[in-house]
Amino acid sequence: MTHVPFNQQLLNACAALMLLLSFAMLSQRRIVSLVNLFAVQGAVLAATTLLLAWRTGAGHLYFSAVLTLALKVAFLPWLLHRLIRRLGVYWDTEPLLEISGTMLAGILIVVFSFGLAEPIAHLASTSMRNAIGIAVAVVLLAFLMMITRRKAMSQVVGFLSMENGLFFAAMSATYGMPMIVELGVALDVLVAVLVLGVFFFQIREQFDSLDLHHLERLSEHQ
Amino acid sequence: MRPAALISQALEILVALAAAPLFLGWVSQCRAWLANRGAPSVFLPYRNLHKLFHKEAVLAQNASALFRIAPYVVFGTMVVAAGIIPSLSGRLPLVAAADAIALVGLFATARVFLSLAAMDVGTAFGTLGARREMMVGFLAEPALLMVIFVASLISATTALPAISAHLASERLSVDPSLAFTGVAFTLVLLAENARIPVDNPATHLELTMIHEAMLLEYSARHLALMEWASALRLFNYACIGFALFVPWGIAARGIGPLGLSLAVPVLALKLAAAGAGLAVIETLSAKLRVMRAPEFLATAFVFAVLGLLVHILLGGP
Repeated sequence: MTHVPFNQQLLNACAALMLLLSFAMLSQRRIVSLVNLFAVQGAVLAATTLLLAWRTGAGHLYFSAVLTLALKVAFLPWLLHRLIRRLGVYWDTEPLLEISGTMLAGILIVVFSFGLAEPIAHLASTSMRNAIGIAVAVVLLAFLMMITRRKAMSQVVGFLSMENGLFFAAMSATYGMPMIVELGVALDVLVAVLVLGVFFFQIREQFDSLDLHHLERLSEHQ
Repeated sequence: MRPAALISQALEILVALAAAPLFLGWVSQCRAWLANRGAPSVFLPYRNLHKLFHKEAVLAQNASALFRIAPYVVFGTMVVAAGIIPSLSGRLPLVAAADAIALVGLFATARVFLSLAAMDVGTAFGTLGARREMMVGFLAEPALLMVIFVASLISATTALPAISAHLASERLSVDPSLAFTGVAFTLVLLAENARIPVDNPATHLELTMIHEAMLLEYSARHLALMEWASALRLFNYACIGFALFVPWGIAARGIGPLGLSLAVPVLALKLAAAGAGLAVIETLSAKLRVMRAPEFLATAFVFAVLGLLVHILLGGP
């Protein structure tokens, strides 16, 4: 095997950690731990951005690392924890699929997305092009989490984790998005979570539960 | 065949036979310290074996021949496995006979005989233990195979000494795939050796035990062989772990008695660290319900497969 430079090794390790954290979120039953895992994923993402900035010398990546750190490691988890406390939902009981089955499905998804990303990786010229497959896998795993969970809270965490994956994809394919796009996405995510927080209260008021199962029926059939 | 190779092979097996109970005793001692209890002597397993070998063996009336030969088969497979795993030296004539995949097969043979013997007498506990053991075993085996596949993929061979020599010769680097497989291997080790999250080696609690339930009908020399075999199994697993993840200090080919005498203290050091680590893991974790064991092993499998996938994606030049 040819020798890879040390910061490239660290970047690879970060990419692997992103994937691992996605699986950890997929297997987690408790919402509080889910939010903590999301915060850790954000921290790994920020670390990756910093490493990439250091390796390529691209100044705007430092800004986006700080933005990630402030938004995804500090503010959003704090907001979600506050919501959990106020809504009193600590458990996401009964995922639709069994946990071990979900994880095995997750492995299939990872294989699929590695295959999917291979032609894209050939086109890209960045040093992280191998990680595009992992980024696609993180996005799809977050999708899987949103599909297999019932409670609104874990679906929101899945949505946020998906955004992490997209961000990671942009970084590995083109060293990050333009600053203006990044700011726009960050603002979108922020607003989405705030609005969804209000939604949670509405849903609970209407149905006495955060189980999205109730939303599948039309109101006249009740 | 060179006499030097034969000597290193014989030394390897003898060291495994002698050190396995000591390793078990060391783990129990560490656990006792961590639980703030007075620790039993490290040599307790030897005294136990000595006592059992001097007792008169009692067999159930309806025990078949299988019940009687099972301890010898289980013990024998563990000794052969100890001969294949490079713990002291990479120069082992026996390795030509069996590679890492055959090693997993050896463990499976031991497991099958253990379970059949447990079901042979027909007591409820034996059958229960055997069924649980097979459940844990069939989930742990693919994870263990995956771990070995990752290591084989990296070093392009399935012979354990060659894998370990290749990994030792590589430049030190941050390798996520090896880290993942290392975690997977630790989980498999805990499950296969009846350690705490899956089974508690220190109790005879009827409803939760797995390994102990299968040995209930054995006594005297048969029980001694079974206990010695399970100590050997733990020792063997630890040595597989060293060969794959801390391969430094194993005497390479072409190194004479000096290398071997240097390898012994290194192995002792690694075993002491691994035993302490094992005790820490066991103290920190609570025993899982039996129905959660598949989830535990699915985690191990996922870790191993992730190691494989990450290696395929990121490991290539």
